[in-house]
Amino acid sequence: MEDEQKDMNENRSVKRRTLLKALIGIPVLGYFAAETLRKFNFDRAKKSRVIKELGLDDLKIPKVLTSSSGKKGDLIRVGFIGFGNRAHQLSNSLGFMHPDKVKSKEEDGSLAEWLEQEDLNVAITGICDVYDLHAERGLATAHNDVRPGGVSGQNLSAKRYLSYQDLLNDKDIDAVVIATPDHHHAKITSEAVKAGKHVYCEKSICRTEEELYEVYDTVRNSDRVFQLGHQITQNVVFQQAREIIKRDILGKITLIETTTNRNTASGAWIRHLDDDGNPKPGDENSIDWLQWLGSRPYKPFTTDRFYNWTKWFDYDMGMIGQLFTHEFDAVNQLLRIGIPTSAVASGGIYYWKDNREIPDMLNVAFEYPEKEMTLTYSASLSSSRQRGRVFNGHDASMELGGSLSVTADGNSSRYKEYLNKGLIDPSVPMISINPMSGGDIDAITSATEKYYASRGLTTTNINGRRVDVTHLHIKEWIYAIRNGSQTSANIERAFEEGVACVMANKSYQEKRRVEWDPINRRIV
Amino acid sequence: MKGTKTFTTFQLTTLVLLRLMIGWQILYEGISKLLIPNWSSAVFLRESQWVLSGFSNWIISHDGVLQVVNFMNIWGLIAIGLGLILGLFTRVAAIAGATLIFVYFLNSPPLLGLEYSLPTEGNCLIFNKTLIEAVGLLILVAFPTSSIMGLDMFISRFKKSKIKKEE
Repeated sequence: MEDEQKDMNENRSVKRRTLLKALIGIPVLGYFAAETLRKFNFDRAKKSRVIKELGLDDLKIPKVLTSSSGKKGDLIRVGFIGFGNRAHQLSNSLGFMHPDKVKSKEEDGSLAEWLEQEDLNVAITGICDVYDLHAERGLATAHNDVRPGGVSGQNLSAKRYLSYQDLLNDKDIDAVVIATPDHHHAKITSEAVKAGKHVYCEKSICRTEEELYEVYDTVRNSDRVFQLGHQITQNVVFQQAREIIKRDILGKITLIETTTNRNTASGAWIRHLDDDGNPKPGDENSIDWLQWLGSRPYKPFTTDRFYNWTKWFDYDMGMIGQLFTHEFDAVNQLLRIGIPTSAVASGGIYYWKDNREIPDMLNVAFEYPEKEMTLTYSASLSSSRQRGRVFNGHDASMELGGSLSVTADGNSSRYKEYLNKGLIDPSVPMISINPMSGGDIDAITSATEKYYASRGLTTTNINGRRVDVTHLHIKEWIYAIRNGSQTSANIERAFEEGVACVMANKSYQEKRRVEWDPINRRIV
Repeated sequence: MKGTKTFTTFQLTTLVLLRLMIGWQILYEGISKLLIPNWSSAVFLRESQWVLSGFSNWIISHDGVLQVVNFMNIWGLIAIGLGLILGLFTRVAAIAGATLIFVYFLNSPPLLGLEYSLPTEGNCLIFNKTLIEAVGLLILVAFPTSSIMGLDMFISRFKKSKIKKEE
């Protein structure tokens, strides 16, 4: 009896032990929950403290652009003047794509994304290019049925015009996209506006002071909608940057640095050879060379000149017109810096020793004594080290590209206390916003954000979808045509930018400091 | 209880520790992704190199697919972590975990010549801690402990009693 009892007791205790062993996960899970909660609260407290200290707690930063529809309204018939590389990108943004590109996008799986782009209810009805091949590619693009929103029935047939004047004279075209070499921009814009067309013109707006004044007066005295081709400020991150500047997070800003570094032949505008090193197609039989030259001095046709026109001052302002324009617009859209008081430029041809006139190394300093601020532009075509776009303030600096990061200054007066307490670390960004990962403020920046902050992007994030910024910029123009609203890169901004660019170019070419005379509105 | 006889106490302890720690790590990965607002695997996938880069790009460019991948990642990690810690359906959890983590590894293996803009943990060549964790999970499949120390005990007992009754 006793033995049996003992056995049973032992059996029960063994069973209990077995049971307890089976439940080993429960206390571990309890400990896990407690620690996770502790960590969550700790992070939240730290984050909210920094956000509060910075006065960011009531900051209403739009995570997505309030993106008004560009579709509503009558069909807008668009003519393209110039149909090279950039025009292909612009037509993609309008909702048209060349069959070859559709095919390659189908192959790499990115076609679906483009097909989701908003249909703007436009038709490309006119193409003008001095080169037969480009014009044919333009027509094929305009006629392609593969489009966002499917075939809308709005695919009107497109016509080729041999001269841009013919295109402008056609009453059946409402608006034009100008994507020619730069020496035509101002002239065609002026003529287009006079012919009653709305204009989307690629940068830069002009090549010379005279061109600028004329196009400014013409556009300003008309009711036509003008948009200059600067898409980067359409990135949602710029709205957030604007808030950060408005909140004075950076303190007094006395220096804004803008830069471009490139290190490829194509980046240095050597583009007349294909991938196999053979000259690209085109000769005087298929290219209307005299029309291409326009008012510029006669030079014999070469594929070099036709494809690599950027290399000569006859056609543009080199890095100033091609690259700095974007930088100036980015800064001007944020801070409304306007026209500089003076500009000093220096540089030279140090690496690409071909037949070019434009420098491949350039530094420009613009002074804004009234705003107590300097804007610099530094560009190299023989190094690809990215130097970013940086707003240097006394309390913090902001690097702004495709994403944004704000880093406190170790010697800031405003953040002194928090720096001393170790609440803010000047060696890592204190705010970073990456629109591609949700667009939230990350007050304590993670390693991932830090690395992404340095990257530039060509797309932005709207309601979780990637959207091409050029599409947004061109949509803003279409929307303004239908609703009479303002475009962001309007003629006033274009004028300020044009003056700054011409000043820099003049300073480089004349090797002297140039100034802006605000009374007579002339460069001296 | 065949299993008990095959493990010494030391073997059992270390195997259970391994199971609990990997489970903890995976569960926390899942929970923290759940707590990050708008977390998306796109950031990780965009970095993808080597054999899976094409597939990853395909995921990113299809919004619907990306949403599914995000959902499966978060809840998959949480389910696997819970399974390992509680010792419930541990075999399934360990196999699924090993597979998932191996896919993570394949997206960014530390192979010669591949460079990433995101920081990686430690200095690794060919094998890294991610791969070691995947192999750790395979060890847990090979040496199951959940029917001794885990809720799977109840399942295996239930099965056994069923077999006995049928006999």
